[in-house]
Amino acid sequence: MRIDSFPKLVKWRKECGKEYTGRKRKVFVCLGEACLANGSQAVFDEFKKVLKKKKLADVPVEAAYKTGCHGFCSLGPLVILEPEGTFYTKVKPRDVEEIVEKTIVNGEHIDRLLYKDKETKERVPDHNHIPFYARQHRIALRNVGKIDPYRIEDYLAVGGYTAIAKALKDMTPQQVIDEVLKSGLRGRGGGGFSTGRKWATCAKVDDEPRYVICNGDEGDPGAFMDRTTMGSDPHSVLEGMMLCAYAVGSKQGYIYVREEYPLAVVTLQNAIDQARESGLLGENILGTDFSFDIKINRGGGAFVCGESSALMKSIAGEVGEPRAKYIRSVVKGLFDKPTVLNNVETFATVPQIIEHGSKWFAGIGTKKSTGTKVFSLAGKINNTGLVEVPMGITLKEIIYEIGGGIPKKRTFKAVQTGGPSGGCLPAEKLDLQVDFDTLTDAGSMMGSGGMIIMDDRTCMVEVARYFLNFLVMESCGKCVPCREGLYQLHKLCTKVCEGKGTMEDIDLMEKMSKTIQTASLCGLGQSGPNPLLSTLKYFRDEFVAHVKDKKCPGGVCRDLITFTITDECTGCMACVKACPVDAISGEKKKVHTIDQSLCTKCGSCFDVCNFDSVKIS
Amino acid sequence: MLLDVLRREGIDVPTLCDHPALEPNGACRLCMVEITKADWDGWKKSVTSCLYPVEDGLIVYTHSPEILEIRRNILDLYLARCPNSDLIQKMAEEHGVLKTSFETLPDGDNCIMCYACTRVCEVLGKCAISAVERGHKKVIASPMGDVPPDCIGCLSCAHICPTDVIPWQDKNGTRTIWNKSFELISCKKCGKKTITRDFADYLLSKRNIPANYFDICDDCKRKDLANKMGELVDGAQEVTL
Repeated sequence: MRIDSFPKLVKWRKECGKEYTGRKRKVFVCLGEACLANGSQAVFDEFKKVLKKKKLADVPVEAAYKTGCHGFCSLGPLVILEPEGTFYTKVKPRDVEEIVEKTIVNGEHIDRLLYKDKETKERVPDHNHIPFYARQHRIALRNVGKIDPYRIEDYLAVGGYTAIAKALKDMTPQQVIDEVLKSGLRGRGGGGFSTGRKWATCAKVDDEPRYVICNGDEGDPGAFMDRTTMGSDPHSVLEGMMLCAYAVGSKQGYIYVREEYPLAVVTLQNAIDQARESGLLGENILGTDFSFDIKINRGGGAFVCGESSALMKSIAGEVGEPRAKYIRSVVKGLFDKPTVLNNVETFATVPQIIEHGSKWFAGIGTKKSTGTKVFSLAGKINNTGLVEVPMGITLKEIIYEIGGGIPKKRTFKAVQTGGPSGGCLPAEKLDLQVDFDTLTDAGSMMGSGGMIIMDDRTCMVEVARYFLNFLVMESCGKCVPCREGLYQLHKLCTKVCEGKGTMEDIDLMEKMSKTIQTASLCGLGQSGPNPLLSTLKYFRDEFVAHVKDKKCPGGVCRDLITFTITDECTGCMACVKACPVDAISGEKKKVHTIDQSLCTKCGSCFDVCNFDSVKIS
Repeated sequence: MLLDVLRREGIDVPTLCDHPALEPNGACRLCMVEITKADWDGWKKSVTSCLYPVEDGLIVYTHSPEILEIRRNILDLYLARCPNSDLIQKMAEEHGVLKTSFETLPDGDNCIMCYACTRVCEVLGKCAISAVERGHKKVIASPMGDVPPDCIGCLSCAHICPTDVIPWQDKNGTRTIWNKSFELISCKKCGKKTITRDFADYLLSKRNIPANYFDICDDCKRKDLANKMGELVDGAQEVTL
């Protein structure tokens, strides 16, 4: 059906609403990447099968929805039953029949599938009472987990394409820009540049055509915010891009998605096709003069192509290398034409700003960093997954209250924010407010929102080495400081990890880091030394311990540690079985011993020991 | 660009990747300068002068302590990568870097990755060679490491290379570069070898020049011209007599 006028859109939305909102009982099965990997497709198919068989009057087969990621990835496959919000975790296909019979028909809970609060050990009946969800404020992720990403009808039913209709009908392009400007929205990709100002500058450039690009080349290790948004609510990204295109006067948009996100590519392409078919993309959208279309470009897996100028070169078919941005992309970007490039999350947020107004958005978060931000929690944290929280929340709240703290009651050591360009913050900084400026002042950065939590079994020198290694592999190699400098920093850092470093090496690393920051061509190099500098700033004693005492306090660097078993060993044989090189010998109920000549120092024995009998020295 | 103005004013700014025939690409970072403006409240910004568009009222520091430190550190890095390059050694010495602070590369050649070769090849409209791989592994190579199909043996890449790392050879009427062999044209008068047949054909196809232009070498052409001039002068003298 082609929608070529505003009344037709309203009518269509009403029809979609009847089907979606009108249906009281809904079964949401998460088909995000993490749940799929745990077998959620089979769970969904089973629901379809069982519902078909049961022929329940108010729960037809269509009431089972396959949704995108709910964010709580550590507990998948997830099933949510509306309207109660019953939240079932780790559901297997064999549980489905029981869920239908007990919960859907009789309204009873199945205790073993409910979420168990790690603190109180109590089962929580619905997701509104799970701290992980209760503390979140979802704007960019508003529809994630609530709609079928493959159906434009669901998106319309929850109010989709209201903002673009409002803009086209009642607002001039300048008014759209003003609204975004007043909302204080800052780019969610990491830089934190004012979105409204970017749009305003582009709109003023006297050159045609103008382009809109959505940057979905999310490459930070441990970050998956954009993957979820694109895969679970693709239409919100399209709508955001349409609003931008209308504001700056663009006819063509591009979404640059990394090839490693196959699901996101499929959902986005499906969404674009549906929008085109219904006339929401293409010529004369909703019967107005506004025409806009979107094309997907798949990235070939280069981290540097997430940098805006390298990304534009990649779209143009050239080698993805950045250029100096003394002339900004809004003036001369893709094909040397004015280009607005924003992150996925930024675009997904824009429709809400237009729909609810800038005042509403500016009222959330802090004065200089308005709104909410999506973070992906990874590493040593109980609740691995995606959270969207208002800006200004403290790190402690995110890690302990929403994230559920550190597993196995270990001690928190550091949180790495901002990916390879960010830095590590220690426990003293846990009370820090999370917003663009505070994090930058503390020597880290907001980045795109990846948060890697580390416990006391982490070596900070090794962490710095890991990120340097990542950047050495991903540097494009165009300019010397980044190509040669990061390579040398990585070599020096490895030397420290091996216990061969000197104090002069540490000074040299600091000296060279400064030059790399100032002299590199693009953001990758300029921010490349950040993980090293921030660990040197907050965990200098660990570097000194490696150099002077030849010790690794985290017990990670293999050249500097030995594993021994103390007399408290109960002789449970767990470590004997876990040791991959058979270096541990011992009989049941007798103290085991490690043969140091065979030990590869992998730490498997330490990880499996339940009696704290394996010691690292 | 700012660098052109600095050069025009006779201010010495070191560069490795800059060449008058090429568009600047900002690879070597040695031409970095600090800029500020009267109304910037003393705030300074480091920029690569080869890429920075000149503006009115710009105050430029070309030899501030910060800039000299950057140049020293960059040359230090270059020296670690290309310890055997005379050019790098000389430049580093001029900046007071006598020895690199880092471990030198065990299998390092003298390529400084300035892209002059690939850029000049592009200017000629050929793109026969390019940079492959990324980061520290990046090297200049022909497509897939094979004999480059687009190479015409013009030697532009070898001649423009500031550290002379592209090997080539002219022997027995054959030129070899990038593992590709080319027939060299002989001058029909003196028999001297001039340019490759492929290069001549390429120039003839691109430029409006006579088909026999490359039959005779430049020296012989000059000789011919001199003789012709001499005949004319002789003739003129006869007329006067």
